[in-house]
Amino acid sequence: MATVGATGWSALGRVSLAIAAKDFLSERRTKEVFITMVVFGFMVAVIFSFAFEPTNEEAQRMVGGLVWLVFFFSGILGLNRSFTRETLNECLQGLRLAPADPGAIYLGKLLSNLTFLLLAELILLVPFQVLFDVHFWREPLWLLVILVLGTWGYAALGTIFAAVSANTRMREFMLPLLVLPLCLPVLIVAVEATTRLLRGLPLDGNWPWIALLVLCFDIFFTLLPWFVFEAVLEQ
Amino acid sequence: MNPSPAASLRLEAKGIAKYYSHLTALQAINLRVDPADFIVVLGRNGAGKTTLLRLLATIIHPSEGSLWFDGIPVVQCPASLKSQFGFVGHESFLYDELTVRENLLFYARLYGLADGAHAVAIQLEALGLSARAGDLFRNLSRGLRQRVAIARALLHQPSLLLLDEPTTGLDAPSRERLHSLLRRLHQEGRTILFSSHDVAYGLALATRVVLLERGRIAFDGRNTPEAQAAVAGQLGSGGV
Repeated sequence: MATVGATGWSALGRVSLAIAAKDFLSERRTKEVFITMVVFGFMVAVIFSFAFEPTNEEAQRMVGGLVWLVFFFSGILGLNRSFTRETLNECLQGLRLAPADPGAIYLGKLLSNLTFLLLAELILLVPFQVLFDVHFWREPLWLLVILVLGTWGYAALGTIFAAVSANTRMREFMLPLLVLPLCLPVLIVAVEATTRLLRGLPLDGNWPWIALLVLCFDIFFTLLPWFVFEAVLEQ
Repeated sequence: MNPSPAASLRLEAKGIAKYYSHLTALQAINLRVDPADFIVVLGRNGAGKTTLLRLLATIIHPSEGSLWFDGIPVVQCPASLKSQFGFVGHESFLYDELTVRENLLFYARLYGLADGAHAVAIQLEALGLSARAGDLFRNLSRGLRQRVAIARALLHQPSLLLLDEPTTGLDAPSRERLHSLLRRLHQEGRTILFSSHDVAYGLALATRVVLLERGRIAFDGRNTPEAQAAVAGQLGSGGV
């Protein structure tokens, strides 16, 4: 059903927020997504600290990449649960009964996934800071820009592909395989920017333009799944 | 207890077919549902009852043909029109990790109800669920889950109620309660269309009978003794 009329936008916002709020309540009750992501990320950070000599200059240069590697794979654990939760009792069909554009379901899930990922990432910076003796908060504004823009693109792609793979038999394998190739441009920029930040190099010159480019990427991969979400649900 | 629906909906399926890969679930379905109709959809397992109800609820879209609400093709209807119907499926559409009240409040928010807590309280009372409102949904029996699912479908006072085998898992008192509830909802002016594997139960309630056979409508008419005899002859009087 297409959304027509001014009430369509308010319904879209209402349904999206209701779905996100429901996800937060479910997570507060079960703690299955957030705890899993953080514990997994922490364990990998500890293993990395043994694999690489933390005070080594080479290791310092790699921390940016290691951090985003942990963010990606711990995030996959959370994204995988995002829609499998909706398949139990066919809850997704219930969401489709809501009097709003079906894209509202996507936006609500994106909002909750983005929040969970960002919170987990902020927590996971702590073990890296301690174990590798690096300073993420040298440029707090740039750090937040990198985290938000990188995670937004990842969450946008992860949410739509989590919906696509929710009913497939091999969803645990499917999701990273589908998300990683498309997410690569954002991840590469995020890794490079984080590494520069940690090494105390300025993020000037072309970097504001690159950030704008990533913002365009994020917006595009938010709008596209929103518009095609009904077709995705039909499958 | 339930206020009358704001508007009645005329629903029309024109030449609808639904295919899943090589399987034909429905074909050549022409069905008109008028306001205040009380229809039971009967048919053997796999006849297409669930597919038909899901199509009418716009959860799935037809492969062929079109669905019309009040003379407007469904693709041109505003999404807000969905608030005019309530749907109870085989599954509850409810979350195991939330309580009964939290589940219903969530749906109240989805439907944008001004006083969601009040609407939830009304349905909890109507379905005899007030004492279990704080229980996690996963801890409920099959029958109680079905009652919560019905409360969910009635929460926003829909004018058209679609129920897919609503008596599944219900014990005898709950079936009686549902029987009375559906009768009352119909008397209040709601249009009701439900499928049932229990022929006797369905024929005792509805005023119109639709019989599906292999994805086609084999019979559509008033619930008269002749119609009952014909349906019972094809399906058996007890159940399918």
